[in-house]
Amino acid sequence: MSFITRFISKIGKSTLDISEHLGRATFMIKDVFYWAFKSRLEVDEIYKQTVRIGVDSVGVASLVSLFTGMVLALQTGYTSQNLFNEPLYVGTAVGFSLVKELAPVLTAIVVCGRAGSSVTAEIGTMAVTEQIDALYTLGTNPSSYLLIPRYFAFLIALPVLTVIANIIGIFGGFAVGVVRLGISSTVFIDDIIDFMEVKNFMHGFIKTFLFAFTIATVSCYKGLYTEGGAEGVGKSTTESVVLSMILILVIDYFASSFLVLIGIT
Amino acid sequence: MIDRFMIEIKKLTKIYDNKKVLNNINVDIKTGEIFTVMGPSGTGKSTFIKSIIRLIKPESGEIIIDGRDILKAKKQFEIQSIRRDFGYLFQDSALFDSLNVWENVAFGLKYLTDIKPDKYFDVAREKLELVGLKDIEYKKINELSGGMKKRVALARAIAHNPKYILYDEPTTGLDPISSEKIMNLISEMSEKLGVTSVVVTHDVKLAFTISTRIGMLFGGKFLDVNTPEGIKNSSIKEVKEFVETSFIEVNRGH
Repeated sequence: MSFITRFISKIGKSTLDISEHLGRATFMIKDVFYWAFKSRLEVDEIYKQTVRIGVDSVGVASLVSLFTGMVLALQTGYTSQNLFNEPLYVGTAVGFSLVKELAPVLTAIVVCGRAGSSVTAEIGTMAVTEQIDALYTLGTNPSSYLLIPRYFAFLIALPVLTVIANIIGIFGGFAVGVVRLGISSTVFIDDIIDFMEVKNFMHGFIKTFLFAFTIATVSCYKGLYTEGGAEGVGKSTTESVVLSMILILVIDYFASSFLVLIGIT
Repeated sequence: MIDRFMIEIKKLTKIYDNKKVLNNINVDIKTGEIFTVMGPSGTGKSTFIKSIIRLIKPESGEIIIDGRDILKAKKQFEIQSIRRDFGYLFQDSALFDSLNVWENVAFGLKYLTDIKPDKYFDVAREKLELVGLKDIEYKKINELSGGMKKRVALARAIAHNPKYILYDEPTTGLDPISSEKIMNLISEMSEKLGVTSVVVTHDVKLAFTISTRIGMLFGGKFLDVNTPEGIKNSSIKEVKEFVETSFIEVNRGH
């Protein structure tokens, strides 16, 4: 087989593989919506998963946001000090950067690394040890018992975590601004309040739901279609985290463009 | 009663990667009997047993359970209502690691029965006692031995009082004493609860001890379906060879 034939057949195979994955993922999402309305909601499971995915991530997400806010204030402060001889609009830069972009994206990445990976590993292990089949034999199905509670948990936890990350990040920026850069606390707060509008907050907040849906879909899908024992579980978990992170960044760009287009800037 | 067919399988075909794993299978399973499917590895035994409750969907054929074809069921709830009559013992037990022993046993009660939640624990304890396990209700699954896991899984399979129990390689990976216990339990379940059992195994001792009838599955087809005695004296070459080799291995202590 010539190089060109091999190349074309490789492209063909990859296209078929991607189509198959997209098809199966679409069916999984369809099932999640169908059973979300048709079956009894597993309230206990939703609560358990929300605690696991959300509450247990508060520490890491806060820490990441705290230092992001701090470094943002430091960099903006020093740059404007070099340019204008005083740290100008540090509060505005920190507030806008965090609320619109950094807090939603970084929190999503933290949650995907911490909770998305564990969801894939858990469901993946269940798949390779026939526990998913056992669910069917015991009168339920993976959509009702496993997927829907995790979708709910991600959709509840990520927006809340992002709001917490916003507050902690701004606090970090505030601390560095006031203590290190010598900005007056009133000026820092006014720099945020004077310019920030609800729509600026909504710009970041709306995106968290898309990120949550993405992480839930990728982590559940990768878990559900795990094959090949322990090695397969490891492979699925890695793929799940990498794919979620890439999708978060890609979706972030397109969602931001769209939100700006419809006036939620 | 024993001669009534409760599970009728007609022209069942399952294809994987252009290979017919089940090739036009026809077999009837009678009420109250222990029907064992035996054959070499990779011959379609697991595919067969999973097809019965549609955990795997075959390409063609009919699986009629009490007059209802599970393969023709279109809606999920139709499939579920047929599955309700089954208990399934998985090869590796398939217990839920996140739940303790009694929660595992009681898991299906919420979905398959009208029993009130405050009675779940009592039902779980009763079923655990039935499989010879006491005072382990609160143990974690990873604290149990392989044999105990199998028995907990059996207690879970019978918790909702099914009419049929499907056993997928029930003695695989167990020591001889645990195998013996499981073997006795399968017979007991059949006698005490009056259930119909389908067992898939390559354990010749198990098959010849407990079965009412044995189906010899080779290359996706039943070459012979007969009583254990009939299978021992089978004139079909492949069946004869398999049985003889298996008995030699058993006698050697494999």
